[in-house]
Amino acid sequence: MNSNAEQTRSGVSGGWRWFHRFGSPAYFYRFASRWSKWFGWLALLFFAAGLYGGLIVAPPDYQMGDSYRIIYIHVPSAWMSMFTYVVMAVAAATGLIWHMKLGDAVARACAPLGAAFTFCALVTGSLWGRPTWGTYWVWDARLTSELVLLFLFFGYMALANAIEDRRSASRAAALLALVGLINLPIIHYSVEWWNTLHQGSTVTRMGRPTMDTRMLIPLLTMFIAFKLYFFSAMLNRVRCELLDQERRTKWVAEVVNG
Amino acid sequence: MAEFLHMGGYAFYVWWSYGVVGVVLAYHYFSPLVRRKKLIRELASSPLNRNAEQ
Repeated sequence: MNSNAEQTRSGVSGGWRWFHRFGSPAYFYRFASRWSKWFGWLALLFFAAGLYGGLIVAPPDYQMGDSYRIIYIHVPSAWMSMFTYVVMAVAAATGLIWHMKLGDAVARACAPLGAAFTFCALVTGSLWGRPTWGTYWVWDARLTSELVLLFLFFGYMALANAIEDRRSASRAAALLALVGLINLPIIHYSVEWWNTLHQGSTVTRMGRPTMDTRMLIPLLTMFIAFKLYFFSAMLNRVRCELLDQERRTKWVAEVVNG
Repeated sequence: MAEFLHMGGYAFYVWWSYGVVGVVLAYHYFSPLVRRKKLIRELASSPLNRNAEQ
């Protein structure tokens, strides 16, 4: 019996075996711990460099003065809010379609983080809008679609925790996450499709005037910092979700009694 | 230093932004660490834990 299983496994290609092992909750639980630490320390390093560059080295903007420095947290937060949504939706889809338990755990871990990034993007945008546009809030296409994103994250969290049976809760929430994907192109193109107060992209736009290098480098550094932060925090959350989800299994018992 | 904190007159907007983001990110970083310890304690004392030492 045992040797039979061994034979079947050795017949499977290396990549596929890696995929299976990686997708196993017990393996991922240990893996996540190690990687979360690495990502966490790297994030701290990039945050320090990005904040130094953005708050101290970069010169003030010729129009917005020092208020533009909000960009170093506003733009990465907004990017990460959408990135986190994509990760959440893809992970939820693997749970829904291929019944990958790890997918459900990752999606559940992403939702509160995504909500946090969206909240940060909205708050910093509001605090930037006041001195720049003269108002904290307008019902403009970009701002409204980003607010919808916040409600999509909240909706996912509500659904995932509302239903007693965890599996069906994850499935219902996954459907919502997939339907909500339609909001992403709306956020992205809102500044082009509608006449809006929100300015277009600063970083990827072609031609002049572009950003000063001393302003651009801290922004890219902060972007990397946010991304590293996301992976570190997300992996820690996945560990909690896995313990909760797999509480009846032997490996959790080993972790708990270890 | 005072000039740095003054942020060219935008101190209120800049520091509130950085403050809110800092607090939110720190909370979301440390809360799962606390939750995992709690979860492990909870599971250790749960009746599901058959493997507990007698």
